[in-house]
Amino acid sequence: MTGNVVRTAPPHSGSTAYINARIVDPVSDSEYKGAVLISDGKIADFGPNLFASGAPYGIQSVDCGGLYLAPGLVDTRVHTGEPGEEHKETLESAGIAASVGGITSLLLLPDNEPPFDDASLIEFVARRARQIRLANMYAYGALTVGLEGEELAEMGLLAEAGAVAFTDADHVVASAQVLRRALYYAKAFDALIVHLPQEPTLSGGHMSSGEMATRLGIAGNPPLAEVMLVERDIRLVEMTGGRLHLTKISTAESVAAIASAKARGLGITCDTAPPYFAMNDLAVGDYRTFGKLVPPLRAEKDRLAVIEGLKNGTIDLIASDHRPQDQDSKRVPFAQAEPGGIGLETLLPVSLELVHNKQLSLPRLFHRLSTAPAQLFGLPGGKLAKGAPADLIVFDAHRAWKVDREDLWSKTKNSPFDERPVQGRVMATIVGGRTIYCDDSFAPATAAA
Amino acid sequence: MTKKRTGLPRLPHLLGIEGLSPETISGLLDLSESYISQNRSLDKRRDLLAGRTVINLFFENSTRTRTSFEVAAKRLGADVINMDVTTSSVRKGETLLDTAMTLNAMRPDAIVVRHSESGAVSLLSQKVNCTVINAGDGQHEHPTQALLDALTIRRRRGRLEGLLVAICGDIMHSRVARSNIHLLQIMGARVRVVGPPTLMPTDIEKMGVEVHYAMKSGLKDVDIVMMLRLQTERMQGSFVPSISEYFRFFGLDQEKLKHAKPDALIMHPGPMNRGVEIDSEVADDLDRSVIHEQVEMGVAVRMACLEALIGGRRNVIGAVA
Repeated sequence: MTGNVVRTAPPHSGSTAYINARIVDPVSDSEYKGAVLISDGKIADFGPNLFASGAPYGIQSVDCGGLYLAPGLVDTRVHTGEPGEEHKETLESAGIAASVGGITSLLLLPDNEPPFDDASLIEFVARRARQIRLANMYAYGALTVGLEGEELAEMGLLAEAGAVAFTDADHVVASAQVLRRALYYAKAFDALIVHLPQEPTLSGGHMSSGEMATRLGIAGNPPLAEVMLVERDIRLVEMTGGRLHLTKISTAESVAAIASAKARGLGITCDTAPPYFAMNDLAVGDYRTFGKLVPPLRAEKDRLAVIEGLKNGTIDLIASDHRPQDQDSKRVPFAQAEPGGIGLETLLPVSLELVHNKQLSLPRLFHRLSTAPAQLFGLPGGKLAKGAPADLIVFDAHRAWKVDREDLWSKTKNSPFDERPVQGRVMATIVGGRTIYCDDSFAPATAAA
Repeated sequence: MTKKRTGLPRLPHLLGIEGLSPETISGLLDLSESYISQNRSLDKRRDLLAGRTVINLFFENSTRTRTSFEVAAKRLGADVINMDVTTSSVRKGETLLDTAMTLNAMRPDAIVVRHSESGAVSLLSQKVNCTVINAGDGQHEHPTQALLDALTIRRRRGRLEGLLVAICGDIMHSRVARSNIHLLQIMGARVRVVGPPTLMPTDIEKMGVEVHYAMKSGLKDVDIVMMLRLQTERMQGSFVPSISEYFRFFGLDQEKLKHAKPDALIMHPGPMNRGVEIDSEVADDLDRSVIHEQVEMGVAVRMACLEALIGGRRNVIGAVA
């Protein structure tokens, strides 16, 4: 299974009709046979009745052959090595992997070397994205200087430069006082703060504590390390009225705590990543370092609770949490291995397991993968709407393939899903009307673009 | 994750006790028995492993285990090379695999490995095409220690099945405890673990053991008392308030020993911290302490493992590990 990443296409002009598609519309929570008309890079029209009797003469048309057409994925947790560790991933290689994975917008984490605590780095990312001409790229600003959790970063200036939200990525803001001030201060700019809740003094281990960690003789982190900070952070939101988004929710207790905060009417939101609903701590058996993540893979009951949270809306969105690591970082004893896994190309197929297992409907899944993240972070795209950017994907929800790390486009191969059989493959990725990726078996789209 | 791509045939290693069958363990113990008299005779050497090369690769300091493996291999006629690798804390992992591949290119028949990280020996075994024997990896397993403990018990009690064994002290940081828990339960013994809650790993009871936080209840009516060394070097932060408090509540002395069966055996994998986890009076009690016998059995057990793994009698007891 191969395809082409296309960067040479000029900006979309004129009109293109995608006909004979199964439209997934997460906003209206519906799925129907229909068409989408794109004009000058934007969605001009869509619906079940559009071009029901074929596209009118003179308009380029692409026959989707009954495949699904949906808004492209909006991935709010992507780490690349640029700048700082380009041997792990560049913005370009991440852009290519995102295109293949059906991600039309990605939001870059700020924990690079140097960290994005200076406006010039936000501008650097925007400039590189324009050169690379693949997925839309946005960046977080650092929440604190050097991601050290002590002094607030220049949020206002970073926001002016284009930072869409603020986070210290996988660094936890240990001080309640600092996070409290950040939440207060961010209100002046209506800025969203994203925080990873893991009590640092309980998170010195290398996997989730429990029977597996005990058997392997690996120091563990208790799952309670997460809910302790979830509860602290909920109180801080209550006190400050700030906008907080908790990231990478992985335990049953955290899901419950957030559900009760939401029930009390607090404007708190959260996300999770595919490993936390698709795997449990058995995946690190035999010291598999590709399964070493932050937070660590949890117990089966936690995995089921995360799925429940995605079903009932406690968990608002899914992000890939893409974190490339090279061989030198992973081919070492487990405790010495760097945490993190790549996820751009597996985000859709692994998330589709929720649909195949009848846990979420397809429109609901796309709400979590596309609409909700775009809305929350104020990004264009993520929906089918007249005048919205034509950021779309065509995909085959049923095509079976096996993840093979050697076939992935990311520069490093540390996929926790390596060798996993999955179902669902992106056939074409369209950004602003331009087809930037096309599977070999979906040739018509390239011909039309 | 890499197995399918290395293209190496699957070779028998001894990486841990977990997953071994009772038949394999009994087979190894029976084979060990045959070496005890050889080791006690004047002519200690056989040429069963003549021409074979064994490398002792120790990333962590050890005198006892390394010497024991060296003596075992030499008594079977193998050529033995000792490598003590001092590790820089920064790039241990790279050193590990680079060293493994370098040594592998010298075509040894077995590499005996000790490493301070759990899983390091398993990782190394994926990179070489000779037999790998785990001589202790982090807090994971120390299979030959469990085998020698089992041999010691079996010779004194005639069996393992049905015995009640208390493993006491620093369970959390102990690979000896984990290997013994596996082995004793595979062979039908019952295991208690005794120690302060801070030194008890999470969910240890799911490994089938009974958990006790007091020596009195933990030692009640046991056949065997296995003491563990308090591994202060592996501890980050405060696990016990002080050594004297630890000794008062968890150190083995005559008083606490009264709760065990009158003929209970006292074991310790060594090196002992006298006055920390064990009182000298108990450790040196010739009637009950089998600590020196354990060391003797260690050589026999390692000879048996070497023979089973690289001695060409592999088929006699089946593939190990």
